[in-house]
Amino acid sequence: MPNNSKGMYNKNLVIAGIVIFVILAAFPFWFNVGRSAPAPEIILTEKAIAAEDCVRDKEYMTLEHMQLLDVWRDAVVRDGKRIYVNPKGVEFNMSLSNTCLDCHSNKEEFCDRCHDYTSVSPYCWDCHIDNPQGD
Amino acid sequence: MNANYMYSLIAVIILLLLAYVGVAGMHLEVLFGVIIPYAAIAIFIGGFIYKVVDWAKSPVPFPITTTAGQQASLPMVSPALIDNPKNKTGVVIRMLLDILLFRSLFRNTRFEVRDTNKFSYELEKWLWLFALIFHYAFLTVVVRHLRFFTEPVLLPVQLLEKLDSFFQVGLPVLYLSGVALLAASIYLFLRRVFIPQMRYISLPADYFPLFLIMGIAGSGLLMRYFAKVDIVSAKELTMGLVTLRPTIPEGIGAIFYVHLFLVCVLLAYFPFSKLMHLGGIFFSPTRNMPGNNREVRHANPWNYPVKIHTYEDYEDEFREKMIEAGLPVEKMPEPKENLEEGKKE
Ligand code: HEC
Ligand code: HEC
Ligand code: HEC
Ligand code: HEM
Repeated sequence: MPNNSKGMYNKNLVIAGIVIFVILAAFPFWFNVGRSAPAPEIILTEKAIAAEDCVRDKEYMTLEHMQLLDVWRDAVVRDGKRIYVNPKGVEFNMSLSNTCLDCHSNKEEFCDRCHDYTSVSPYCWDCHIDNPQGD
Repeated sequence: MNANYMYSLIAVIILLLLAYVGVAGMHLEVLFGVIIPYAAIAIFIGGFIYKVVDWAKSPVPFPITTTAGQQASLPMVSPALIDNPKNKTGVVIRMLLDILLFRSLFRNTRFEVRDTNKFSYELEKWLWLFALIFHYAFLTVVVRHLRFFTEPVLLPVQLLEKLDSFFQVGLPVLYLSGVALLAASIYLFLRRVFIPQMRYISLPADYFPLFLIMGIAGSGLLMRYFAKVDIVSAKELTMGLVTLRPTIPEGIGAIFYVHLFLVCVLLAYFPFSKLMHLGGIFFSPTRNMPGNNREVRHANPWNYPVKIHTYEDYEDEFREKMIEAGLPVEKMPEPKENLEEGKKE
């Protein structure tokens, strides 16, 4: 057969390779068959609803809350400053457990829901308590 | 200024602007967020299979295994069983070491004229080091991205995230692989620009993928650390794609679509470019053939059964004519034929 133009050499190996490639490349598609993944619904506590506003406006909080926490942490631990004044002039005690979790005391239904969905696991809770008001 | 990389750079910038203007200016979210990604995946998988099948059909006429060690021969000569494997096991080990550790790059040398008129070969490990960083960083980033494509996110992916953010720098916590990917691709680019021999052999097809990957890594880093996008909405979009229920959530931010579009271009470009070495490495005759040319005869697969005509056949065919012409024959005709001749007379 001159220049084997129809058949493949090492056919079995090549087909096995192609099958492995397709399984890997299409992983997200077959893995999710029959699943649905609605975005998490986050719940505000009574206290938060009463307060109406977060530390900063909502868009800033959704996108930059980790950045804000970083700034707070450095301000407290490095500079010894504990009071944060937001652009509207409202004062906050810069504290993860005492401020954020005061309004968002339902950590499981708020922080965690979002974080589980996007596979974020902040290491903060290794040290900071996550239920400052106690059970 | 060098036309080869300027063209590639301009091409990537145009692609980038295309996605940005398309989404921020013209609101073509469905095009950039659904249609193009599906098309890119189809081209990637289809093109990959097409290439592999095409290669598998091409015969390898000679054993052209490269030898980096002594071939197995007489018992008194000790063979290098991995660098010059004599059987399949050796080939598999050589292949794995090459794929996982880039062993052939490790042998890279640089040719130099030292002092005056003295040639020397220098070990050159930088390419090996950065190529290794580049590929493993790329793999890590891609595997970590599975958090956008699975729900619940798998444990190994989460462990990789923990490992990758080991130093806990800043918030959101810094992933080493993302930075390593960008740094290594910049090194690979500068290497082509600053080493004269490399510049001479580099073509747009070498620069384009590098710029594309720099663009992808750059937009990714920008989106994670500086111009943040809404990750929850981003995941809604990606999960919509992979569950075949595409949705376009509000307000993800145009930079996400730029990142996604560059990834789509990379996927669609992949099978038809040098990036296909991902599949090609398995088809390299210099790597996947055992160095056993002394032991085993390698038949050229082009060989086909040749039609032969032996002397016996020849004589059978022309015996009568040969006798008539008085030529000697090895087998005298049987008497039966004589009888027939007698009848004729
Ligand atoms: C005074 C009460 C209060 C405090 C203190 C507070 N929040 Fe909020 N937070 C709110 C309210 C109310 C909203 C909803 C805002 C809205 O919907 O406009 C909110 C929204 C948010 C959101 C956006 C949720 C979404 O839907 O995208 C995040 C993230 C958040 N808060 C994190 C924090 C963090 C982190 C801290 C500590 C730095 C904090 N909050 C402190 C009341 C508070
Ligand atoms: C190794 C333990 C540890 C870890 C992990 C840790 N912190 Fe802290 N953090 C501290 C200590 C100790 C202080 C000082 C407490 C003080 O002076 O009130 C502090 C203070 C802070 C403060 C200001 C004071 C307060 O009451 O909150 C913030 C904000 C903060 N950390 C944020 C974070 C964030 C965000 C993370 C996770 C990304 C984190 N920390 C992880 C130990 C830790
Ligand atoms: C709207 C969804 C949402 C809510 C609500 C939310 N987060 Fe986050 N958070 C995120 C996302 C998404 C990231 C990761 C961003 C990224 O990967 O770029 C993140 C990251 C963080 C990080 C950085 C972790 C790391 O390892 O990088 C901290 C700390 C954090 N969030 C604290 C909180 C706290 C405390 C709350 C509750 C008061 C909270 N977040 C509520 C979505 C949310
Ligand atoms: C070739 C494949 C890809 C490469 C090399 C790549 C590269 C990167 C890099 C380097 C980052 C920076 C943060 C990090 O290291 O995780 C990043 C972030 C990101 N990428 Fe990609 N990416 C790829 C594919 C995709 C795809 C297909 C999507 C979604 C459709 C995507 C969405 C995102 C998002 C949303 C972020 C921001 C993550 C965050 O803020 O945590 N990427 N990417």
